[in-house]
Amino acid sequence: MIIITDVHKVFEGQEVLRGVNLTIHGGELIAIIGKSGGGKSVLLKSIIGLQSPDTGSISFDGLDITRVNQQQLNKVRERFGVLFQSGALFDSFTVYDNIAFPLRERYGLPEAEIKARVYDALGEVGLKDVDNKYPAELSGGMKKRAALARALVTRPEIVFFDEPTTGLDPVLKNSIHKLIKQCHQNIGFTGIIISHEIPDIFYVADRVAMLHDGVIVQDGTPSEIINSQLPSVRAFVHAGNYEVAPSGGGE
Amino acid sequence: MTRIFKAIGSAFLAFVRDVGRMALFLADTVYYSVEPPLKWRLVIQQVWFLGYKSLTVIFMTGAFAGMVLALQLFHTLRKFGAVSLLGPGIALSLIRELGPVLAALMVTGRAGSALTAELGIMRISEQIDCLYVMALNPYKYVIVPNFIAALIAFPLLTAIFDVVGIFGGYLVGVELLGIGSGVYFDEMRNHMGMDDIMIGFYKSLVFAVIVTWVCCYKGFYVGYGNSGHGARAVSKATTDAVVQSSVLVLVWDYLLGSFFI
Repeated sequence: MIIITDVHKVFEGQEVLRGVNLTIHGGELIAIIGKSGGGKSVLLKSIIGLQSPDTGSISFDGLDITRVNQQQLNKVRERFGVLFQSGALFDSFTVYDNIAFPLRERYGLPEAEIKARVYDALGEVGLKDVDNKYPAELSGGMKKRAALARALVTRPEIVFFDEPTTGLDPVLKNSIHKLIKQCHQNIGFTGIIISHEIPDIFYVADRVAMLHDGVIVQDGTPSEIINSQLPSVRAFVHAGNYEVAPSGGGE
Repeated sequence: MTRIFKAIGSAFLAFVRDVGRMALFLADTVYYSVEPPLKWRLVIQQVWFLGYKSLTVIFMTGAFAGMVLALQLFHTLRKFGAVSLLGPGIALSLIRELGPVLAALMVTGRAGSALTAELGIMRISEQIDCLYVMALNPYKYVIVPNFIAALIAFPLLTAIFDVVGIFGGYLVGVELLGIGSGVYFDEMRNHMGMDDIMIGFYKSLVFAVIVTWVCCYKGFYVGYGNSGHGARAVSKATTDAVVQSSVLVLVWDYLLGSFFI
């Protein structure tokens, strides 16, 4: 379980996070939504330890990562998989080497096992015949899939998705969302998705938390968020006049 | 008035922060360079990149530096009737001074700028963040291999620069201006000692540290402080890295020169 308590973060005099409180339960797929520039990525970077909050705590199963040393933080990070917004594939490596990298460097597995796990991961995300290609030779959607394969290859307990469909067309967006949902069901990780994709995200997440003006103003099932009476949530969720499915549960 | 003081104060604070971060970066780099395990495969790759791929530019600049030195020194020495000292003049200038400095400046221009740009792009495309969240230490993968490779490559490149420069001087002094080849090399042997060679060697090591420190730091911390964002930040960092490395090489050349003289 991840418990975020009263997290504050100030950047150049501007308070980006103003007391974020959120509890993420094991095995759930939660989406943190909010407008661009609203602090979602800052919150994600704080949770994965890339930025320290000014005040507040972020604990993983009781261990507050804002008060641990680098070795303890790395122990927690070994449970992570992260799909970065840009994919963050190492551009001088092939797709195969990108996916094999954490297995080689973190676990030092034998090459035969690495090979089997890399091809399993590629199969899971539906990528074929790209293992010898470099990231620059892939389309946007393929890059995201390859990055997702790398995030999942270590069989992490917790997977973070930072705006996983940014820059993709609607068809690819849909396929990446479906893939996240499918991998979550197959592997059973705890998933945290940072997104502003309305209404798509309601079909993916089990629970949705709305970050507005640096605080979580509401969290609940997708249908609770869709039917929210809070003006800030309504304004964001219904801004595009989309047909949002009222049925919750992420299907 | 308050605004002016505020601007000066904030610029000063930013400068102090930058210097502090740079010092910590060097300390971390040195620490991780001696802490096992080292990624020797990456070190060898970087020796190839920093060293082998710089050979052409080192050959070209070394040869012409020696040739120009020979031309200028010949005309000066002739006025004093001391053309026999052309060989030692060229060798001492190259080995003690010009070899380490020019080799460092050439490697800064060719490879240092590329290092900064590569690290900067890794930073803005979240590849460095990715190493952190994989529970891996980015220093071990992208900084330390460059640091150790530079400590290996710089003295070798400097030695090659010196040798090529001496033969460039030989071409002009002996083949073009007619000094005897025996005089050229014998006088060199008479006027040079091991200490001259060691001065050049120490300088090349110091310059290796300066160039990799500045270039890697600028790339690794792209987007920090007032350096901007995105492609513009990478471009600014690359320019800053080349300018600051070059200036620091010359400043340290003077400091080391005055220490060893």
